[in-house]
Amino acid sequence: MAINRDYVGRRFEAADPYEVSRVKIADFARAIGDPNPIYRDRAAAQAAGFPDVIAPPTFAIVISMAGSSAALADPGLGINYAMVVHGEQRFEYARQLLAGDVVTAQTTISDIRDAGRNTLLTTSTEIRTVEGELVCTAYSTIAERGGAA
Amino acid sequence: MTAAGREPGMAQVSYDDVKPGAELPQASYPVTRLSLVKYCGASGDFNMIHWNERIAKSVGLPDVIAHGMFTMAQAGRYVTDWAGPGAVVMEYGVRFSSMVVVPDDDIGATIEVSAVVEEKLDGNQVVLALTARSSDVKVLTRARAVVRLPG
Repeated sequence: MAINRDYVGRRFEAADPYEVSRVKIADFARAIGDPNPIYRDRAAAQAAGFPDVIAPPTFAIVISMAGSSAALADPGLGINYAMVVHGEQRFEYARQLLAGDVVTAQTTISDIRDAGRNTLLTTSTEIRTVEGELVCTAYSTIAERGGAA
Repeated sequence: MTAAGREPGMAQVSYDDVKPGAELPQASYPVTRLSLVKYCGASGDFNMIHWNERIAKSVGLPDVIAHGMFTMAQAGRYVTDWAGPGAVVMEYGVRFSSMVVVPDDDIGATIEVSAVVEEKLDGNQVVLALTARSSDVKVLTRARAVVRLPG
């Protein structure tokens, strides 16, 4: 089943705001094997000039996935998740994500196109605080292998 | 195994000390099946190709493969370890050019990361061009980070 091109331009939003917690940041840092104290220790983060513990750069994927998974789970999109691999990922940070941030993720499907046997689906996700401050924009391209075959 | 052989997050690079074209020392990051299980839990990405060999092979993969984001996180760690705690990552992007295949043994796979200072920008920012390899295959291409350093 091919990915539904009609979904280009559609927007999806994570169901609930995401509260960035110190525990979750530390958990993520542990999972990527990064012992950096600025991801765990408030005093270390403050000594480095941040108001609180900061998140590792790729932590934003946890939040952007909350928005993009709403899109990928839409049965009308017709994507076969087991055939999906990650093609490209880029983050632009307006500032660091901090423990205590409460953010939303709004994902727009910006492109769906075939590349060889694969179908590429590109999204952009804006991560904003509930007050509206842009923190990060995440650009993601995933490939459904064999999707164009 | 830190990027520049320092304690992570301890030493600080300053903008004025950075030379365009400078090659940064390589660092190695291990990835095992346990790494992937942990990453599934921490990231919320439970795609079965990252932990279930039967499913991975049934969809034509050689074995379980690492999350692209796990590899991106290792190269990100390389950047932040090099740049030091006062640095701010402004932009970070990669293309996943090949899979990191993770066998079910005690060794797993290794991701080797290195970088070159591509250019210095205004506003105390530097651009790093990153290279990541696993089993001598480039697993990231077009991998770039823009980092703002203390002056």
